[in-house]
Amino acid sequence: MKIWLKILAVFLLFYVHIGGMLFDVPRLNILNETIRALYFHVPMWFGMVLLFLLSVYYSIRYLREPRTEFDYKAVEYANVGLIFGILGMLTGMLWANYAWGSPWHGDPKQNGAAIALLVYLAYFVLRGSVENQEQKGRLSAVYNIFAFAAMVPLIFILPRMTSSMHPGSGGNPGFNMYDLDSKMRLVFYPAIIGWFLIGVWIVSLRVKVKSLEEKILEIENGKIY
Amino acid sequence: MERFIKNILGTVLLLISLTSQAQSEVEMADGMRAEGKIYVVVAIILIVLGGLVAYLALLDRKVKKLENLLTNKKPQTK
Repeated sequence: MKIWLKILAVFLLFYVHIGGMLFDVPRLNILNETIRALYFHVPMWFGMVLLFLLSVYYSIRYLREPRTEFDYKAVEYANVGLIFGILGMLTGMLWANYAWGSPWHGDPKQNGAAIALLVYLAYFVLRGSVENQEQKGRLSAVYNIFAFAAMVPLIFILPRMTSSMHPGSGGNPGFNMYDLDSKMRLVFYPAIIGWFLIGVWIVSLRVKVKSLEEKILEIENGKIY
Repeated sequence: MERFIKNILGTVLLLISLTSQAQSEVEMADGMRAEGKIYVVVAIILIVLGGLVAYLALLDRKVKKLENLLTNKKPQTK
């Protein structure tokens, strides 16, 4: 990962944490000051979706051309994406406790997100259960495409078809209720980019560690045989 | 007596006006902002963020070193 991207990510996050706490936000009943959680809770989900998208991209590339490098990238993007999703779930539950009255409200979007996370957890279960390296890569790449295809309706489509307390659901266009003056976008969009870039950074480290592991194994095998 | 009634009426009207004003305004953490204590919170968050980012950068350097070490070692073993 390019160094300027890392610096940009850190700069954006510092800006988001200062602006997110200090800038003016719309005064809304019930939400009150917790509206600021939007700057920190929603970017987790957006980051997750973007990371999963990259994961699918590398899975497809792996199926077209089975190079271990693509397989590693697909796994690690899914891995870090899952971490983002878990953080999004935890922050959402805390927020829901105060805005909706209980951490688990059976909100369709919340349920859908939980199912999507479970679908992705199964991806790692599948990977762990296959011994053969090539088979593992191919099977998990196919499953990864399915997981992404399942996640999109679960998070973006189904909640919109029923009534949901999440904004942007139940037929409502997203964010209409929040940024009446669209001031919040000035912090919200940098937050998405910043967290996504941090995710990519962690992925790049994990991929490096994985290929180092492979190299060490190669060297050891070379010594033995 | 008249003055007493006027005083009572004045207080009641004042209370009504105060409560109606409080209802029309959504409650926010304005006090925290006015006192400047919000800056303490921002500083604490920034320390945590900065610490974690610095840690990530150090980890990055460590992995890079390891990578260099391994690529230098490879010719010796083969």
